Amino acid sequence: MADILKAFLLGGIICVIGQLLIDLTKITPARIMVVFVVLGVILGLFGLYQPLVEWGSAGASVPLTGFGNTLAKGVIKEINEKGFLGVFTGGVKAAAAGITAAVTFGYIMAIASKPKVKK
Amino acid sequence: MAKRLGSQTVVFDKQPIILSGAAIVGKKEGDGPLARYFDDVVDDEYAGEKTFEAAESRILKDTFSKALEKSGKAAADINVILAGDLLNQSTAASYAFRDANTPFIGLFGACSTMSESLTIGSMLIDGGSADYAVCAASSHFCSAERQFRFPLEYGSQRTPTAQWTVTGSGAVILGKDGQGPRIVCATPGKIIDQGIKDANNMGAAMAPAACDTITSHLKDLGRSADDYDLILTGDLGSFGSSMLNDLMIKNGIDMKNKHKDCGTLIFDLEKQGVNCGGSGCGCSAAVFSTYIMNQFRQGALKRILFIATGALMSPTRSQQGESIPGVAHAVCIEA
Repeated sequence: MADILKAFLLGGIICVIGQLLIDLTKITPARIMVVFVVLGVILGLFGLYQPLVEWGSAGASVPLTGFGNTLAKGVIKEINEKGFLGVFTGGVKAAAAGITAAVTFGYIMAIASKPKVKK
Repeated sequence: MAKRLGSQTVVFDKQPIILSGAAIVGKKEGDGPLARYFDDVVDDEYAGEKTFEAAESRILKDTFSKALEKSGKAAADINVILAGDLLNQSTAASYAFRDANTPFIGLFGACSTMSESLTIGSMLIDGGSADYAVCAASSHFCSAERQFRFPLEYGSQRTPTAQWTVTGSGAVILGKDGQGPRIVCATPGKIIDQGIKDANNMGAAMAPAACDTITSHLKDLGRSADDYDLILTGDLGSFGSSMLNDLMIKNGIDMKNKHKDCGTLIFDLEKQGVNCGGSGCGCSAAVFSTYIMNQFRQGALKRILFIATGALMSPTRSQQGESIPGVAHAVCIEA
């Protein structure tokens, strides 16, 4: 139960930051998402994101910053194992499950649903 | 023959008559304060079609049929269709009238399309090039989102200050003879660009263009704002409207008491959660073709100036860092 609460709190804080960026700045939503991924990469690079994942679990790993962290971790791991080429292969390898799931489920949902105006 | 007056106003000799007007709108517009004036409200954003673009064409086509029916004219009487919308290649209008079997002139003036079509239609009738013409414009929230922002499928969050593109269309039948309000003169507008770059603040991009056209119109005719019962702008929204009134006062013209804006008339801004108002060429087209025509029939209006305002925004040029040019065309209508 405590884990769920922590995940809710941390995930919520990350989403509030996104909402504030939409409401208070002129940054487009697409750019906000890119900022989140890049921020996750940078925090991950310096090992600052992993503590958040350990504390808030899914609350930190599910938002886009978590995706950035995974990319960074994958690159570091691959460089240690395979050398320089890991810069190019590590990120996508580590994030393969996430990317494939996004494409697959995105495709299924695109077939299964029809866009409508938000009520 | 028409007579040119002052810098850019055209006074018509054979004043074209607005025989009828019709409008069909979407659900949100049908929940708004002008609902009872519209001919039909389409609850389904697809209007029975497969895509939003096809739905917009369907609404435009049905509006044309409705206006024709109300005018008592047959399709064969119409010499030319002047219509446009917000999409690339004027998709909605081009596909709406592909079976019309009537000469078609596609227009693009962004949200200024309705007064643009009225201006050109009047010139054609006055010059003898047409006896009867259709002037129409449409917009659709969902197709406009795809064109200018993000497709709905993408599920992007909207910024709270963005104007709401009206789903709907308006059409009027202009004739050389018959009963109805007359178009007495028109002032086509110049493109004015004062460097506004924010695509979520189109009102600010259009207000200077509206100010320029209204000022030129009054100067060309030697009139003041008090000579009109109503000065109706297209879709400046609440923010753009107050900006226009400030700009007009700088030009020494106080028109605050005479001014209304289609974008703020079509929605209940607070109740419907549409912060700045409605936009899109269907907005001014629908309000003008039904609500305003009704006010003329009731005798509540004798002379108005209708200025549809367009933000000639190109998503490509905006991404390249360019500002948004604005344009506004004015037509003067008398009972």
